[in-house]
Amino acid sequence: MTTIDHRLSVPSPHSITNPALAGKTNTMVLNMGPHHPSTHGVLRLVVELDGETVVNVAPDVGFLHTGIEKNMEFKTYQQAVVMTDRTDYLAPLSNNLSYVLAVEKLLDVEIPERPTVARVLLVELQRLSSHLVWLSSHALDLAAMSVFLYGFREREQILDIFEMVSGARLMTSYFRVGGLAYDLPSDFLPTVKALLDIMPSRIDEYESLLTNNIIWQERTMGVGAIDSAAAIQYGLTGPGLRATGVAWDLRKDMPYCGYETYDFNVPVAKNGDIYDRYLVRMAEMRESVSIARQAWQRLKDMEPGVFQTSNRKVAPPPKTEITHSMESLIHHFKLWTEGFKPPRGDAMAAIESPRGELATYIVSDGGPKPYRVHLRTPSFINLQSLPHMAKGQLMADLVALIASLDPVLGEVDR
Amino acid sequence: MDNATVIERLQTEFGDKIGPVGSMRSGEATINVPREQIVAVAQFLRDDSALAYNFLENLCGVDYLGRQPRFEVVYHLLSHANRHRICLKVAISEKDIHVPTLTGLWQTANYQERETYDMFGIIFDGHPALERILMPDDWSGFPQRKDVPLGYEEVAFSNTEAQISARKPYAEE
Repeated sequence: MTTIDHRLSVPSPHSITNPALAGKTNTMVLNMGPHHPSTHGVLRLVVELDGETVVNVAPDVGFLHTGIEKNMEFKTYQQAVVMTDRTDYLAPLSNNLSYVLAVEKLLDVEIPERPTVARVLLVELQRLSSHLVWLSSHALDLAAMSVFLYGFREREQILDIFEMVSGARLMTSYFRVGGLAYDLPSDFLPTVKALLDIMPSRIDEYESLLTNNIIWQERTMGVGAIDSAAAIQYGLTGPGLRATGVAWDLRKDMPYCGYETYDFNVPVAKNGDIYDRYLVRMAEMRESVSIARQAWQRLKDMEPGVFQTSNRKVAPPPKTEITHSMESLIHHFKLWTEGFKPPRGDAMAAIESPRGELATYIVSDGGPKPYRVHLRTPSFINLQSLPHMAKGQLMADLVALIASLDPVLGEVDR
Repeated sequence: MDNATVIERLQTEFGDKIGPVGSMRSGEATINVPREQIVAVAQFLRDDSALAYNFLENLCGVDYLGRQPRFEVVYHLLSHANRHRICLKVAISEKDIHVPTLTGLWQTANYQERETYDMFGIIFDGHPALERILMPDDWSGFPQRKDVPLGYEEVAFSNTEAQISARKPYAEE
């Protein structure tokens, strides 16, 4: 293993001090953020510049810290699902999925096939929606404003679908421990089909605006490159890692929710620069459409009705049953007043969120509330690779770099 | 690669220098490691060509208030080649709350150890810049410890504002 001088590689904001105090006359320290239109949230960067060239950059995070992990310790397992929406606020369904999978492992409860397929379909739509925001804001940061309007047009359709199933466009909390919150509505399948039918041509449209655009290429090709060994050292996951050539995707390599039964590719690039990360995400959008189509077909062929596990100790009975079944009434009562109590122990569930590897580590002490929840969020960990990618680049490239890393500050700070 | 093989290799290499073995409810093997051995164990798991745990997936702290030792640092290592995950746990007491850093092996430990320090007060010896990362720099206390209350905002009206404000913990000037 080559030795990396870690004193330089992941600097903390305090380690970038006033160069004049050290007798350096050719660099200056600039503060970027936390209020800044291009930092994708409340991210503060302390940048040491030699003219326009970045010598060193240290992210300063914590401006959006709201104590979500600690808060979850004071809610029952089912109530805590709502808090997970707020971490990665551009892909709430992914957060929900990671958390409920971890609790379901703690409980050791089987989820029937129909809600599992619905989860896959919705989480791939969520990936599409999240990548559309990434594309729109990335292009906007580099002054390609039309892409922003086009991307959000399709995203509106996806958000309408989420509103149809869960009642909320963004903070859906639709995946619950045991399955889904409510059954899929009757016009779900036709609406999703309409979206999936137009999506490939829309993705072609976005690509036609950017992929062979000389300005886009000049701004992104060869900028902010990282090699695969450094990427793994920094814990970079998701499209950033795949753009360096490592074909690691949890959906293929450590599948969950039946992903091993779907037919899809994992796009990989080789240079690890901003352009490659763009290409990987565009290809991922196409793969998401393909997986969603397969899930749609399975849902269409399935008998409707089942949307949660039949284990009444975990998932509540339908309200109609309560009027004539004493058992259902008791289950309902226990679930609402106390909540289910997983056995003592800990569990980990990792999923491939649009930003990378999102894992939830839960410790249970046998009570109705989680003892400890830790959210291993990709944006927080991916941000460590920013200084490495930014050294030697220009100030304007820093904007493009942040956009290509696609951080969501809710996930970074929790 | 399965749990039994990894545990056997570890026990052959480290013998009784590593602690009891358990398992997570999600299936991963858990190895309790004394803090003096954590760097050696992690390096062995990473550099061994058969085990090849090349990725540090997760590093976090847990506060088991009421248990001796009180704190635990949990590491999850992932092997891309073998598609296998393993869990290492280091238990430390409140009075001697130091653990060696893993930043020499993986850069990604940097932010995660800073967060564990910020939230629990666990000091990672050898970390290049162990500062607070999520809380403000002048915050005192370690919020995610179990003896720190969650804290709620009391609803203040103009006639109660002064006495409520006197109770609130403001940051030191």
